[in-house]
Amino acid sequence: MDFYQTDLTQLHDDLVNKKISATELAKETFDHIKDNDDQVKAFITLNEDAAIKRAQEIDAAGIAGDQLVSGVPLAVKDNILTKGLTTTAASKMLANFNPVYDATVVDKLNRAGFINVGKTNLDEFAMGSSTESSAFFTSHNPWDLTRVPGGSSGGSAAAVAAGDVLGALGTDTGGSIRMPASFNGVVGMKPTYGRVSRWGIIAFGSSFDQVGWLTRTVKDNAYLTALIAGNDEHDMTSSLKEVPDWAANLNDSTSVKGLRIAVPKEYFDDLDEDVHDVIKAALDHLESLGAIIDEVSLPHTKYGVPAYYILASSEASSNLQRYDGIRYGFRAKDVKNLEDVYVRSRSEGFGEEVKRRIMLGTFSLSAGFYDAYFNKAAKVRRLIAQDFDDVFKNHDLILGATGASTAFKIGAEIDDPKKMYMNDVLTVPVNMAGLPSMSVPAGFSAKNGMPVGLQIIGKPFDEQTIYNAGYVFEQTTDFHKQAPKLGGQN
Amino acid sequence: MASKITEQQVEHVAELAKLEFPKDELGKFTTQLGSIIDMFEDLTAVDTDGVEPMTSATDRVNVMREDKAVRSSKEEREAILKNAPDTDGGYIKVPAIIDESEDGE
Repeated sequence: MDFYQTDLTQLHDDLVNKKISATELAKETFDHIKDNDDQVKAFITLNEDAAIKRAQEIDAAGIAGDQLVSGVPLAVKDNILTKGLTTTAASKMLANFNPVYDATVVDKLNRAGFINVGKTNLDEFAMGSSTESSAFFTSHNPWDLTRVPGGSSGGSAAAVAAGDVLGALGTDTGGSIRMPASFNGVVGMKPTYGRVSRWGIIAFGSSFDQVGWLTRTVKDNAYLTALIAGNDEHDMTSSLKEVPDWAANLNDSTSVKGLRIAVPKEYFDDLDEDVHDVIKAALDHLESLGAIIDEVSLPHTKYGVPAYYILASSEASSNLQRYDGIRYGFRAKDVKNLEDVYVRSRSEGFGEEVKRRIMLGTFSLSAGFYDAYFNKAAKVRRLIAQDFDDVFKNHDLILGATGASTAFKIGAEIDDPKKMYMNDVLTVPVNMAGLPSMSVPAGFSAKNGMPVGLQIIGKPFDEQTIYNAGYVFEQTTDFHKQAPKLGGQN
Repeated sequence: MASKITEQQVEHVAELAKLEFPKDELGKFTTQLGSIIDMFEDLTAVDTDGVEPMTSATDRVNVMREDKAVRSSKEEREAILKNAPDTDGGYIKVPAIIDESEDGE
């Protein structure tokens, strides 16, 4: 079983009509994963025994007719807590950590009857753009195994692109859902900040982190995101706003006619030519369908990366203080005293990139530097958010590329952290402002055949307009129907 | 570009962050941090006079809840302790605060 030729609705019908049982589906899913995962390396932990047992229970109870995910295999990024199933954040620090509770998003999925096939690889603590900072291994891009899948939700994106699952959970602090979606030719939605509970997500930058899905299709994404969204008493930043039935509101009459689309000129400043051509063609296509395209300016765009790396690293340095080698996680051997436990456990348990972020954050917050770095960046954050507000006064959506380049080669950027950070230039402004944004497959590079993602940014809590436009784009193009030929040339 | 941060400063920040770096890695790490901090300096070009800092994008303010203790089950307690690196009789065990080799006993 691969998931290239189906979607949630189709699979649900097949399960309800007993064309396939949940148990058979789960077994075939693991067969497919085992066929390709020694090449792709999308998974840190496979949950095979528990998943098949769960599928048998669901078969015995009957597929819930009103739950599209009942009996459907899906994957979970390994920085999302799953009770009793090792959750590592791709760090040596948590290599043996067994959560005692489920994240709210996992709890909601469990109640809907999903089958958790396993935990996907990521950059350590979600800090990175390639999965190369994972303490365990690097995932490979199914379209070209010599290239990165992007990050940090690279394992989730690669699992969907490889046909392992229809959807995988990701998290997005500065682009970690959208960028890998773009690199792997799949759909990736970062919902509005506060739309989805962060309870049980291993914290990185708490004022930026959001949970979302990487999926094959826009409609599946709309359905799955609604399933995990909504207020949660455990997360006081989760919004009280009602969650619309985004998927049901998509239908054939959805149109982009008259939709006011803003295209920021700054988003084209440093695009690779092959990406530029694909995005230009995508915008022309939407214009031909009746959308009104205007060039606009988001003048503070270029300050997004420095401001983000100050703020997110500062939050990370605070969030990661909890890893002290005492209550859980890695403890260094042969330690002499308590101070030694802290320093050696952290120095040996964290990888290089995580230590770099903790250092940048601690520096930015330290006496004498707080005003010049943290406070300055927080002010720039306000200006970036205001830029978006201004454009949204007269426009419904903002469009551009998700990444300035296609997936780069494994090893190409890992020794140059600054270059790696610049990959996020088109995605971090959205997290600064807390906006919803989705990457949809927009075509392929004429240079290397790799997928290119179109980024669709919406107003706060207006995921519907994003899904509508993404759906129309998808339904009038066939990029999402392409699948990588693993091990061969595309 | 000349870096603004020195190895001495990096060692000071590491101390604050409860991290340590081997001497032979300190140079490379300082250079990398310096180059990123140089990028941070780009922000000085932005006029932020009168701009309020923004530290969150949440649409909620002052969320209150009842201050209520919740009792955990024995199973939960055991599961939590299983994640601890070292335990003894239901407690988490840590080394002595004072270096035992300096203890004089």
